[in-house]
Amino acid sequence: MSGALLAATLRDPAQATGYDAPTWNALIAAARAEQLIGTLAHRLDGQGISEAAQRILTDARASTDQGRILALWEAEACRRALVTLNVPVVLLKGTAYVAADMSAGQGRMIGDLDILVPRDRIETVEHALIEAGWEWVKPDPYDDAYYRQWMHELPPLIHRERDRMIDVHHTILPLTAQITPDADAMIRDSVTLANGLRVLNPQDMICHAVAHLLADGDLAGGMRNLWDIHCMLSGFGTQGLEERARLHGLHRHVRRAARLANALYGTAIPQDWRTRDSVDALFKKRLLARDGWGQVRPKWVEHGFFIRSHWLRMPPAMLARHLWTKWRKGHRPN
Amino acid sequence: MGVVRYRAAAPDTMRLEPLDTMTAIYHRASGRTHLVASPVPEILTALEQGDATVQQLLDRLAAQYDLADGEAGALTARLAELEEAGLVERA
Amino acid sequence: MRHVFAVRIGPVGFRVGSDWRAPVAALEHLYRDYPKPDDDIPDFSVRLFAARFWRRFVRPSVMIGGDYYLPDAAPLPLRLGLLAAEMGMNLQMALAQRRYLLLHASAVERDGRALVMTGMSGAGKSTLAALLMTRGWRLMGDEFALVDPATGLVHGFPRLISLKNQAIGVMEAACPDGRFGPLQPDTPKGDIRHLVPHARAIQAMRDPAKPALILFPGFGHAADERPVLPGEAFVRLTQASTNFVAMGETGFDVLTSLVKNTPARAIDYPDTETALAMVERLWSEIV
Repeated sequence: MSGALLAATLRDPAQATGYDAPTWNALIAAARAEQLIGTLAHRLDGQGISEAAQRILTDARASTDQGRILALWEAEACRRALVTLNVPVVLLKGTAYVAADMSAGQGRMIGDLDILVPRDRIETVEHALIEAGWEWVKPDPYDDAYYRQWMHELPPLIHRERDRMIDVHHTILPLTAQITPDADAMIRDSVTLANGLRVLNPQDMICHAVAHLLADGDLAGGMRNLWDIHCMLSGFGTQGLEERARLHGLHRHVRRAARLANALYGTAIPQDWRTRDSVDALFKKRLLARDGWGQVRPKWVEHGFFIRSHWLRMPPAMLARHLWTKWRKGHRPN
Repeated sequence: MGVVRYRAAAPDTMRLEPLDTMTAIYHRASGRTHLVASPVPEILTALEQGDATVQQLLDRLAAQYDLADGEAGALTARLAELEEAGLVERA
Repeated sequence: MRHVFAVRIGPVGFRVGSDWRAPVAALEHLYRDYPKPDDDIPDFSVRLFAARFWRRFVRPSVMIGGDYYLPDAAPLPLRLGLLAAEMGMNLQMALAQRRYLLLHASAVERDGRALVMTGMSGAGKSTLAALLMTRGWRLMGDEFALVDPATGLVHGFPRLISLKNQAIGVMEAACPDGRFGPLQPDTPKGDIRHLVPHARAIQAMRDPAKPALILFPGFGHAADERPVLPGEAFVRLTQASTNFVAMGETGFDVLTSLVKNTPARAIDYPDTETALAMVERLWSEIV
């Protein structure tokens, strides 16, 4: 499977010098599918590799370099829009990694801008953003009510000129999820950057990445999220991490993510974290489920996790109601 | 609130390429290109001397160009556009 | 994937994987004189696949996927599998080409200099390029022209010429011994028939050319011609480029220098013969 090939190459870039064409093709397809092509390009920098492969990686680097500019500008535009409110604005995920110049940000593709603000100021923030040119993406009464009642963020806004989305969070997991991280503590203990914007402190940043990987999503794009976690564990270490994770109810998730990062990317983790867990194998299978064309194989692995992610976010009765409403609107999972 | 002062993006973050009557501007900080006509390049150049209010900016422009009366309104409108584009911010 | 085809078009390598044999067989036939990707490592992968397993067999419909794809693209019936493959390759270029500034334009070459034609769909840039190919010009591409940021030169992308509706008959008459693909009626864009570019276009497809003239043709009006200043050319070409924004400062550099250094004209023409005469006249006057 090419997911394993991608993980092995990120872990040990030197081995790429010996790859033949089919191996390169599988690697590039998997790296693109997992949105890790820019990261791969950074990792393989300076390795003597085939010219055709090098060209592709050079393009990928140029592309993520430009993505970095756009992401940082989106953060700056947001800062300008909110500067007079005196609200702490915490950058999350990819934008935070590049704003804080972390290794997880190198070559990382960044989509939407995610910010965390205090829940009691979210309406003020919403108004200021709309004032500055952001608009609702799709006014759909059901989705809108769903977001506001159950999610951990506003319905997404998009900037009318720049065509970029912003997700305004007031906590890091949906209110329906079984785990309720302490968002107030995250904001209170965040780190202020030179421009006044903030990022989470190292331990919270890891906790958030772990929550995003294991307690929120369907593991789609999981290799990328796990790579972020690998970079952060490697850069920040695990000092104080377990205690902080316990505050957010994420200590078991943090340990699992650390075990998975260790298994895939060789991340250094404390000896007593390296326990055996029978469920890890299933997560690993899903994380690495890509064939030589970048497709998820076998299919059931993907669908199993689609149900699982909704299960985690919503209690069963609510899940049934949600799927029913989506179903009636003609939205069917594949 | 005091009088608004405007600040242009740092000159080294902007690439200005005059193309006949238009000027293409690449803004390195935002990664975006803007195609503008006079007096926008002149406004940006005038702001290089330092942050300015609308009136100060008018004075700087009047020292170099023939300005008609009632330019303050037009200048304010151009500044608002430049602010939205991110090429100018409030100091 | 069960069936695989690989090809290089201009400087860009592709591989196409398919759940069915037919689209790959058609590609192998029509692209038989084309080279393989450099080092057998294609720049892009395209996948033609069934949405569900049984859809390989029952009313088979082709989903277009690949390294880059549109999530809501509608599938095509299997009889349009060749078209699906071409759309898949175009999509990779439109969404992800970053090495060259990609202009949605046709291009032909003479004496090492390139004529680039771009405009609205239906303006005839594709047909004009195909006709010029039959009159001694080297076809560089009927759909995309690639501008190299390092040199400012235009690289060709001579994929199969995609003829639509009336253009099919025009080219069948102009190119009686041409190698045509099967007629594909009732596609989302009307009738489509592919034409293999001349051998010379394929053999020389790696040779770039210096841009010498940019034309903005408009079909259906009385013959007319006017110069296009760099500012207007810049705006029109940003609209004709799929990756100008994504290429950032590199794209800005290459496009500003292209419009400053290359004369541009807008031409209106009532019929293709008039257009061809105008092109030849402008070429002799300007280049």
